[in-house]
Amino acid sequence: MKHIVIIGNGISGITAARHIRKRAGHKITVISGESDYFFSRTALMYVYMGHMKWDHLKPYEDWFWEKNNINLVNAWVNEIDFKQKKLNFSLGQSGMFYDELVIATGSVYNKFGWEGQDLKGVQGLVSKQDLIELEKNTAYTKKAVIVGGGLIGVELAEMLRTRNIEVTFLVREQAFWNNVLPLPEARMITEHIRSHGVDLRINTQLDKILPDEHGRVKAIITKDGEKIDCELVGLCAGVRPNIDFLKDSELETDYGVLVNEFFETNVPNVYAIGDCAQQRKAIGLRKPVEAVWYTGRIMGETLAETLTGNRTAYQPGNWFNSAKFFDIEYQTYGWVWANPRPGEQHFYWQHKTELKAITISYDTESMKFLGINTFGIRMRQEVFDLWLNEERKIDYVLENLRHANFDPEFYDTHEAEIFNTFKSNLQEA
Amino acid sequence: MSRIEHNMALTGEAPRSLNLQQKLASLLGMAGLVILLLASLNLSFPNKVLWLSISLLSIIAGIVWFAAASYTGKHPGIKNDGVWFKSMTNRGYLAWLAGIGLTSFYIILYFFPEYLGLRQEGENTGLVALFDPLSNFLSGNPASQWFVYGTLYTIAITAFGVKFMWKYRHNRYEKLRTISVMFFQTAFAFLIPELMARLNGEGFQLPYYDLKNIWPLNYYNFEQYRVDEFISAGNIGLALLLFGVASIFIITPILTYKYGKRWYCSWVCGCGGLAETAGDPYRHLSDKSLFAWKVERWVVHSVLVFVVVMTTAVIYSYLGDDPSKYWLTRNSFLIGVGVFLTLLFAGIWYFKREELEKDARYGAIGYLAIILSLIGFHYLSGSDLFLFNAENLRQSYGFLIGAIFSGVIGTGFYPIFGNRVWCRFGCPMAAILGLQQRLFSKFRITTNGGQCISCGNCSTYCEMGIDVRAYAQKGENIVRASCVGCGICSAVCPRGVLKLENGPSQGRVKSQESVTSDNANLLDYLRKN
Repeated sequence: MKHIVIIGNGISGITAARHIRKRAGHKITVISGESDYFFSRTALMYVYMGHMKWDHLKPYEDWFWEKNNINLVNAWVNEIDFKQKKLNFSLGQSGMFYDELVIATGSVYNKFGWEGQDLKGVQGLVSKQDLIELEKNTAYTKKAVIVGGGLIGVELAEMLRTRNIEVTFLVREQAFWNNVLPLPEARMITEHIRSHGVDLRINTQLDKILPDEHGRVKAIITKDGEKIDCELVGLCAGVRPNIDFLKDSELETDYGVLVNEFFETNVPNVYAIGDCAQQRKAIGLRKPVEAVWYTGRIMGETLAETLTGNRTAYQPGNWFNSAKFFDIEYQTYGWVWANPRPGEQHFYWQHKTELKAITISYDTESMKFLGINTFGIRMRQEVFDLWLNEERKIDYVLENLRHANFDPEFYDTHEAEIFNTFKSNLQEA
Repeated sequence: MSRIEHNMALTGEAPRSLNLQQKLASLLGMAGLVILLLASLNLSFPNKVLWLSISLLSIIAGIVWFAAASYTGKHPGIKNDGVWFKSMTNRGYLAWLAGIGLTSFYIILYFFPEYLGLRQEGENTGLVALFDPLSNFLSGNPASQWFVYGTLYTIAITAFGVKFMWKYRHNRYEKLRTISVMFFQTAFAFLIPELMARLNGEGFQLPYYDLKNIWPLNYYNFEQYRVDEFISAGNIGLALLLFGVASIFIITPILTYKYGKRWYCSWVCGCGGLAETAGDPYRHLSDKSLFAWKVERWVVHSVLVFVVVMTTAVIYSYLGDDPSKYWLTRNSFLIGVGVFLTLLFAGIWYFKREELEKDARYGAIGYLAIILSLIGFHYLSGSDLFLFNAENLRQSYGFLIGAIFSGVIGTGFYPIFGNRVWCRFGCPMAAILGLQQRLFSKFRITTNGGQCISCGNCSTYCEMGIDVRAYAQKGENIVRASCVGCGICSAVCPRGVLKLENGPSQGRVKSQESVTSDNANLLDYLRKN
């Protein structure tokens, strides 16, 4: 019986633990200083907004771990002795030996060296501690500035608006998330965010953050020299692997912990999964570091197979993802780039009055379907996964789009209109 | 413990407070209630028509105005901001006040109607008297405490129904469903029975019959006085009686097979109607623990057995022994019940045994054995059927289940236990529909591959306490006996994962893993495709 130690009780670490337990009787220890029990990080915002309580974030009841013989340890690891296979903890707890080590420490938010980035009232939102800090920081906050137009930024904006805090949202691109979304979609979302009372500034970047006499944030200055008063600055310009405690060790790291497709690091018996792992060779068109919920799950499952005797390579399948921007749900299947790559083309449809839109990316010559973004319309992953694998053409996808619809019953359907728009676009072209 | 686990005392003022219009609207609605309270205290209003109209209209206008003040000017979409911060919706002081007020009302209504002004002899006084003009207008009879209750109940469903539709105005499923419960309450539960009473006269007496109120929810439907009245009312009465029998044995199974129990529980039923409208602000209070699920299964099915035993005993008690007088005798009835239950059990066992959990199998065998041995014991010893006098059984059921469980606890404690306590733990109709839904139905909630982020909104807002997330994160369909198909899990899901569907029975239940051993095989799923 091996002792498998997992650092990090997020989605990848916990998925690995559960699947190891299902497959084998090894001793499993999960270490986290962040929280006693696994919780859904993606739902932190709902606690702040009063939709849920902390306990609702826990997908398993507290008795689950003992019943399944998974040891949970509340501690921060500050050092790993790879030679002795030993972990050292920061709070003077005695060390722990392992046979196999899984590093699943997730992400921390980016700080890009801005002046004043460590002032009180300046923070991101990734961990439970961040949420607690946000509660404290927003106690008397009237105005906030959010830096970075991505998924956490828009969530933070929505959170703060529920407390009637004035929000200025600095976005570097010419529309919200335009580095990922094609411009028409990015513009629609930008307008929607503004309609919720958020002062969203495009083409605007942070220069520095100014303190008051108590070391708290007082205002920020943009690169255009504009001063904006605020009591809170949300740093939402992306996340990076949480691996600072591994620097200067023999573990090979770059942006994240470098791993092969089996999540093996350069040190034997040491693996890394989840947000903190960086693939040495990118898989398909995916980024080498992916901070996405479901890839964390697949990594955890895959590694569990390897650790229980069935060495398995990471195969995340077709790309998909989803998000919600205030009231607009977004889903994506396959690849739709903000700007079509050479040989690619976008077909865009937007509803005349409602907040619904789709973009389909396809190969200009072969008409092969490459991917779809949908806004305000739910789609079935299963169907798009199949169509992508079957390499269907765009006209097939549009003809059969109703089979992919996943909206609730009695909702308006738009497939016919979408199809006709596409046909008339083709004729015009 | 940190503050996020407890309260957010320092922040959150904004979502917690009511705006001016909401306050004024509450005042208006409360004023309407105060008139009713004054009437209960025997203040005699000079012009009953006027004061009753003022009271009821203030209540309706107050609720609708409150809804308007809550939701106009806001975007269509999910409106759960601050739900867990508000005293009224987080078991705070206001919630306890409301709960105690409601339970007190139910206790008076069921057990002390004289305090509401009901008089057996002579004219009504107090609150009941205030409703006399309306009752006279509809049925031609003076009001009873049940008329007062029915009127207020209908107002609650319609006014809070308007609020609910406003809240979910982006969701057509929710809107249609709410129009449906508002219609069935107003027409079938309230107006039609009152108007039918106008037909009664010399030699023609129909029992008060809410046609959508099906046995065993309507546990008294086959009691002697009602059956006598049905039969004495000629063809119409006979048709109604046959409709009552067909409702449970023919109509219900067909509709549940096609659409799941939601056709009844969240589209038609009055208890469900109140839970979905007036009770909606409390849906998140349901207990989601595995323990609560175990309790639920034993309690609700025990109530079902109780109502079967009670109804059998009651019908048996008024049947005769002589087959030449009437074809249905005590013997043939008892044997019929025994044969029916045995066949039902055998059918489920033969076709669906694999789908039953271990405790469900024990339960099914146990319940059948108890009923059959009680019938056998009766024949062998000649004692009372089911050991108790039928009238005692009927009275105990009416008191324990009909009044205490469904009313006092089920509705009175909305603000504490959530809005579907009765439907989940107590309703025998829900138990029957649930068995059908679990075993023989096309309905399921489909999950969307790997899109689930385990956020927990679905589980939190499931009024039946189903841990929806446990299924969604596995990519497994939700086929649960208790699901009433309200559709809120699908509505609150931020990632478009859940969809209520009627589809082919094949592959409806994808996996038989129990909830605790989460078998998230996203990997298998991806390989398969």
